[in-house]
Amino acid sequence: MSVLVLAILFWLAAWALNVWLAGSSVARTRLGKALVPLIFGITVLVLWEGLVRGLNVSFVILPPPSAIAAKIATSLPTLWQDAVQTILKGAIPGFLIGCGSAVLVAIAIDRSPFLQRGLLPIGNFVAALPIVGLAPILVMWFGFDWQSKAAVVVVMVFFPMLVNTVAGLQASERMQRDLMATWGASYWQTLLKLRLPAAMPFLFNGLKIASTLALIGAIVAEFFGSPVYGVGFRISTEVGRLGLDMVWAEIVVAALAGSLLYGIVSLIERWVTFWHPSQRH
Amino acid sequence: MNRALPVLTVLLGIIVIWYAAAVWMNSTWVYDQARRAGTTVSFAEMVPQTMNQARPMLPPPHQVGTELWKGLFGQAITSKRSLVYHGFVTFKGTMMGFALGIVAGVLLAMAIVRFRVMDMSVMPWAIISQTIPIVALAPMIITLSSQLGLSGRDVPKAIIAAYLSFFPVLVSMVKGLRAPDQMQLDLLKTYGAGEGETFLKLRLPASMPYFFASLKVAVAASLVGTIVGELPTGAIEGLGARMLIGSQFGEPLIMWAALFAAAILAGLLIVVVGFVERLARRRMGVPG
Repeated sequence: MSVLVLAILFWLAAWALNVWLAGSSVARTRLGKALVPLIFGITVLVLWEGLVRGLNVSFVILPPPSAIAAKIATSLPTLWQDAVQTILKGAIPGFLIGCGSAVLVAIAIDRSPFLQRGLLPIGNFVAALPIVGLAPILVMWFGFDWQSKAAVVVVMVFFPMLVNTVAGLQASERMQRDLMATWGASYWQTLLKLRLPAAMPFLFNGLKIASTLALIGAIVAEFFGSPVYGVGFRISTEVGRLGLDMVWAEIVVAALAGSLLYGIVSLIERWVTFWHPSQRH
Repeated sequence: MNRALPVLTVLLGIIVIWYAAAVWMNSTWVYDQARRAGTTVSFAEMVPQTMNQARPMLPPPHQVGTELWKGLFGQAITSKRSLVYHGFVTFKGTMMGFALGIVAGVLLAMAIVRFRVMDMSVMPWAIISQTIPIVALAPMIITLSSQLGLSGRDVPKAIIAAYLSFFPVLVSMVKGLRAPDQMQLDLLKTYGAGEGETFLKLRLPASMPYFFASLKVAVAASLVGTIVGELPTGAIEGLGARMLIGSQFGEPLIMWAALFAAAILAGLLIVVVGFVERLARRRMGVPG
């Protein structure tokens, strides 16, 4: 019981510290902005550990963070193999192919207002559909290995990306396009030097949505058949065996990969669209 | 008519491509059968045989349409084979998750706008939570709730759906509750309004357009969450479970019919939410 009391005391102390930090001048610095959420995160972990140990929660309901960390440390090769299969072979190629082809299609239909008016409502509608449902069909077509996972990801990211790119290509202003015309710029020059750069904020918005969808697609597709490794496969089999620490270890891997992918996209965004108001600090 | 024509043209194009793909993908099976029987089939003989296979690689549109029609209207809606029945199970889960997501999103947004500590400590984690693929958590949430003695799958499904749908509501509500500018806040202060009154009479009404705009995204996310929640480990009811059953028993037509039923459900939900949004906007005096 004392573990629980200690954890709750730690929580109260950390909360008080955070309240003080948020009110003080430290909060305006970069350090403060990182420190406050970090303390909050650590508090959650400590409270979790304290609750599980203090109340003797069964291991099959919720393993304590320390057990999960130990599991991660002892099964690094397995986790790495799963991550390579699901993330490097399934999610990333699918993400690149899907986003790349969506941008190309958006540029291709950009010259025809008729096609745009036809494709945009359909694209908008499809982007809101539960595309994950296609996973079993694509697994049937492309087999159990990573190709089917990449295919699911391609279909999932394509429509959100298409809609965002088409919107982005219309983002440049009339004045700017007229200016390009007075300079005698050709269609391709206008596209490369004005409209694509102006579309970048929209493109990155789409890429960010796609980066989280990519992992969802790759993992769900593994529920419908996969080789004997992969994040989704491991989760569904370990849940059946009540190996909850391994499930949590895979969740940590998936979370890290998801945050990393999102972070990389955000970094490139800051580098490419440095001129945009939302990036000025 | 001017707006419908392009859409119809594109739809027609999709159907043509679909038929062509169906012929191409199903032809392997026809040629295979012919080789086993020791006969050869010409192209003209092959095409009709790709249109009505029992287990096609890609069923042509009319086959999916027939299966969908049979599933929707071919039997009593209480039958286990009725897509209306399964659709209703999914709809129920979606609504529960949607409601839970709205409540969680709005409450969290209120706390974040009111307390600076909450803003600084919780907001970054809310963003990170969306980069975690929820599907990784889905099977675990399901076993967890059965360990805790919650029979049935309604609760875990609702939690997964809520996890996906609270985020758009949270982001929009934070923006909306912060929408009133300093001038308006100052005015309420000169009226001697307390914090609660400022919230009820200024911040809350100001946030409504943002709130309704987020609902469309949230309801679509909630449906995806519900279907994902129905996929793993042994569900028997709901559109997601139909897809899983179709996949396990090698019945592509069941999968396709369930997929299109899910699409119809998504379309209906978005239309209804859009209607509620327009109604609310009109009541609040926003033109359009």
